[in-house]
Amino acid sequence: METKKVKKVFVEGAIPPEKIAQSVANHQSKTNIGAHSIFLGQIRADVIDGKTVAAIQYTAYEEMAEKVFHEIREAAFAKFDITCAHIYHSLGTIKTGELCLFVFTSSAHRKIAIEATNYFVEEIKAKVPIFGKEIFEDETHQWKVNK
Amino acid sequence: MKVTVKYFGLVAEAKGTNEEVLNLTAPTTAFELKQKCLSPLAIVDQDSVQVAVNQNLDENIILKEGDEVALLPPFAGG
Repeated sequence: METKKVKKVFVEGAIPPEKIAQSVANHQSKTNIGAHSIFLGQIRADVIDGKTVAAIQYTAYEEMAEKVFHEIREAAFAKFDITCAHIYHSLGTIKTGELCLFVFTSSAHRKIAIEATNYFVEEIKAKVPIFGKEIFEDETHQWKVNK
Repeated sequence: MKVTVKYFGLVAEAKGTNEEVLNLTAPTTAFELKQKCLSPLAIVDQDSVQVAVNQNLDENIILKEGDEVALLPPFAGG
């Protein structure tokens, strides 16, 4: 069963926009689905003390992160009547404007899919050991903290 | 008694390494090991660093031979 399989979440580098289109296409044969909900995280060019962020370099405690991702998935399937859920998160250096997080849930009806996607995003931000180094245009850096 | 300590993000940067093996001579909790590792470092908010033992967040556990301890600065995924 799909919910029990441990899926690999991390991808090296930015998530290509084509992956989103392909993921949607992959679900067109599943006609019990009536709603998809997608969240895409994009690297923002924050300006901090006059310096502009050019990229974020993501690292993770990968073994623990994959375990926590799996726990979040299990909890989401228990909580929401979703048909499927897919999560991808980038590692490595992701430039501003590029995508670093792709959450994709599907359900019979919109409300559940939207709530489930929101649940995934909030849980990922709070619980998964991922670290982000904000690299400025002048090549200095600071460490990002989720709000 | 040997434990492996893994450092991430700003902790790894301050420490200058990602991992080391420490030899503990007395019973030590995860919290005590965290304090010992962080105290020489120039990290302003040491309370924001969480500690995982064998991939579970738990500061109160008493460490045993072969444990993997990870010092985790604030999360920044998404």
